[in-house]
Amino acid sequence: MTMSAATLTRSDLETRLLPLADRYRGRKGITIPLLADMQREMGYIDPEAVDFIAKELDIPAAEMFGVATFYAMFRLQPEGKYVVRLCRGTACHVQGSARIGEQLQRHLGVQEGETTKDGLFTLQYVACLGCCSLAPVMMVGEEVHGRLTPEKAVDVLEAVRASQPE
Amino acid sequence: MPKTVVKVGLASCGVAAGAVPIYETLTEALAGQKDVEIKKVGCIGLCYMEPIVEVERDGKSIAYGKVDTAMAREIAESHVGRGEIVQRGVILDPESKACENERMDSQVRIVLRNSGLIDPEKIEEYIANEGYKALEKALSMTPLQVIDEVLSSGLRGRGGAGFPTGLKWKFANGAKGDKKYFVCNADEGDPGAFMDRSVLESDPHSIIEGMAIGAYAIGSDEGIIYCRAEYPLAIKHLNVALDQAREKGFLGKNILGSGFSFDIHIKEGAGAFVCGEETAMIASIEGRRGMPRPRPPFPANSGVFGKPTNINNVETIANIPWILLNGAAKFAEYGIGKSRGTKVFALAGKIKKGGLAEVPMGMPLREVIFNVAGGIAENKKFKAVQLGGPSGGCIPESLLDTPVDYESINATGAIMGSGGMVVMDETTCIVDVAKFFLAFVQKESCGKCPFCRIGTKRMLEILERITEGKGVMEDLDTLLDLARQVKEGSLCGLGQTAPNPVLTTLKYFREEYEAHIRDKKCPAKVCTSLIHYVIDPAACIGCTKCARNCPVSCIAGEVKKPHVIDDEKCIRCGQCKKVCPVGAISVE
Ligand SMILES: Cc1cc2nc3c(=O)[nH]c(=O)nc-3n(C[C@H](O)[C@H](O)[C@H](O)COP(=O)(O)O)c2cc1C
Ligand code: SF4
Ligand code: SF4
Ligand code: SF4
Ligand code: FES
Ligand code: FES
Repeated sequence: MTMSAATLTRSDLETRLLPLADRYRGRKGITIPLLADMQREMGYIDPEAVDFIAKELDIPAAEMFGVATFYAMFRLQPEGKYVVRLCRGTACHVQGSARIGEQLQRHLGVQEGETTKDGLFTLQYVACLGCCSLAPVMMVGEEVHGRLTPEKAVDVLEAVRASQPE
Repeated sequence: MPKTVVKVGLASCGVAAGAVPIYETLTEALAGQKDVEIKKVGCIGLCYMEPIVEVERDGKSIAYGKVDTAMAREIAESHVGRGEIVQRGVILDPESKACENERMDSQVRIVLRNSGLIDPEKIEEYIANEGYKALEKALSMTPLQVIDEVLSSGLRGRGGAGFPTGLKWKFANGAKGDKKYFVCNADEGDPGAFMDRSVLESDPHSIIEGMAIGAYAIGSDEGIIYCRAEYPLAIKHLNVALDQAREKGFLGKNILGSGFSFDIHIKEGAGAFVCGEETAMIASIEGRRGMPRPRPPFPANSGVFGKPTNINNVETIANIPWILLNGAAKFAEYGIGKSRGTKVFALAGKIKKGGLAEVPMGMPLREVIFNVAGGIAENKKFKAVQLGGPSGGCIPESLLDTPVDYESINATGAIMGSGGMVVMDETTCIVDVAKFFLAFVQKESCGKCPFCRIGTKRMLEILERITEGKGVMEDLDTLLDLARQVKEGSLCGLGQTAPNPVLTTLKYFREEYEAHIRDKKCPAKVCTSLIHYVIDPAACIGCTKCARNCPVSCIAGEVKKPHVIDDEKCIRCGQCKKVCPVGAISVE
């Protein structure tokens, strides 16, 4: 579930993050899994949530931000209902994934890393999804789609859009 | 009647190719039938044939490829039901006559010994295939005897650098410390490689067993598998396998009554290529930013939380149980020179048969590409093969007889790497590929060393200029110069090897760079600034199809009259060429 920073109250933070903090209390080397769990809970790495957890667990907030910005997995902004991960690995590149990326950007009206206005899709480029023999590949949510062309990729997203409840 | 077993390949590629509905169709069609068992298995590496279904009936095993739901129903009725094989779908048969038998027969499967054959979520099946026997055997030996066995097998690290595994264990064994870590590097960062994913998904117990043996050899009680978060199925299967291994007493306290205790947990990577480097990985395991640090101290002496640490790659570890069980001599029978055993390659790119293949060391590249991988797709012309990912290089046609072994491949300027093999044909632009890898390392550089951070950026800018037709000849010398500086001025393997793709392509494909610079032409017709879409007015029938499909509406013309493309506005998407019914549009 995603929530915008403005709506977070102190008690929101407590109910959602205290149980999480408790699981990590007193353990070492936890920053990455902790951030991953926070992201799972909040939908993204919310600065207020980082401040809250940092105080709770007595970790410098700067250290948490440092880690959060280092790794590609952490998102500092809320994302769309479906994350579209277009593979930009080598195998997909030689099979023309750059053109698919251009087509998706045009079609969705967003750049890489951005979310569509309706909040449905966030477009991300990733390096290798491990299905290179089906290149070019993209993941929409949890589903992998292979042997894409620019048109097929658009069709996949349109099918997802069409399946949304009004 | 003896039992009939139906196996469905459900590793990531299988699922991506649509194996789940096939599994469901078979389950439904065979519901309630006695003496029929449906199994979920991993991957046998014939990715291009997925979804794959195998039927074991009457003591014979037949595999089917590219199975759709109709074929699945037919297999259930005809083959499982009446014993009549569905001929049109057969890809492997016991007489070795089906289309994919040659591919399987050309391999030596040590690492992939169980992949695609057993259910990765059932420890019983691993055990039934001699699983955990090697651990039992190792525990009856001394740690130094185990190390000697691995040493004399000649096994070298499969993660890229090719360091002798036995020697690494010897250092870790000799390091002083109250606590030691045994880490499995499952970060698989080369964007175009998926060997490790497949092994983790298809045969997780082989990794657990190999790690337990290694831990015993070096004297470690805690194992860590550092796995990419992009591999959710691998992590799931590992977790299941870890629980089962604990339950059966292969992990935990006093394993098999030997007095040796060891357990393993998983650390999920968070998407940083540099974390595949050992010291960066250690920082990441400790929860910090994954920045490499200078060595010494080596991880063997000071690794995770300052304790002696041994790090091995997934494929390296998967070899271990086999070596212990079958003996070092048997392993060393395969291979040539200082490269023994086998290597698993992830075959991808412009080949007919993408997937995984495990071949004996020493097999010439030509054989791997043209026999095992089936040659170039659409019968186009081979141009280059890329080995070793962003740290590696492109090998041209003239060097295709190079055998697959560490030293021979290094001599070409590429590296063996972890096993990603991306094949390129005449429609791939070499300069574009070099640019692609440089953009990758530029993005993944941790930023600590100025040469790696800024030098790669300068190189990338030059390559961008060249692909835009704005290059000058002197750029090539500047590239070579920068490459040398980046190699020399970088702390870790990422920076030290980052120029390799540029260096090898400049060495073997210089004329293609020159064509971009001098003639402002991209011979492979890839670089968008150097190509133009044009309509042949004599061939165009004025059907308007191209105009209706152009995403930027830059094609003008009246019905039944020749159309014209506005080159200024054209974004080179290729859409018009694809839809033209008479082939009037070409690229120049
Ligand atoms: C930038 C960089 C990335 C690396 N990525 C990986 C990787 O994804 N997987 C891997 O096993 N080794 C990787 N390595 C190599 C490891 O640092 C290390 O050599 C290897 O895990 C040792 O295991 P081995 O001896 O069994 O090969 C990488 C090295 C560098 C410099
Ligand atoms: S070579 Fe590059 S990745 Fe390695 S430590 Fe230096 S800056 Fe970081
Ligand atoms: S290549 Fe694309 S943009 Fe250019 S004319 Fe054809 S359809 Fe239009
Ligand atoms: S699609 Fe081909 S034939 Fe039709 S108008 Fe375009 S160029 Fe002419
Ligand atoms: S390169 Fe795209 S899935 Fe591997
Ligand atoms: S089907 Fe398994 S790796 Fe492709």
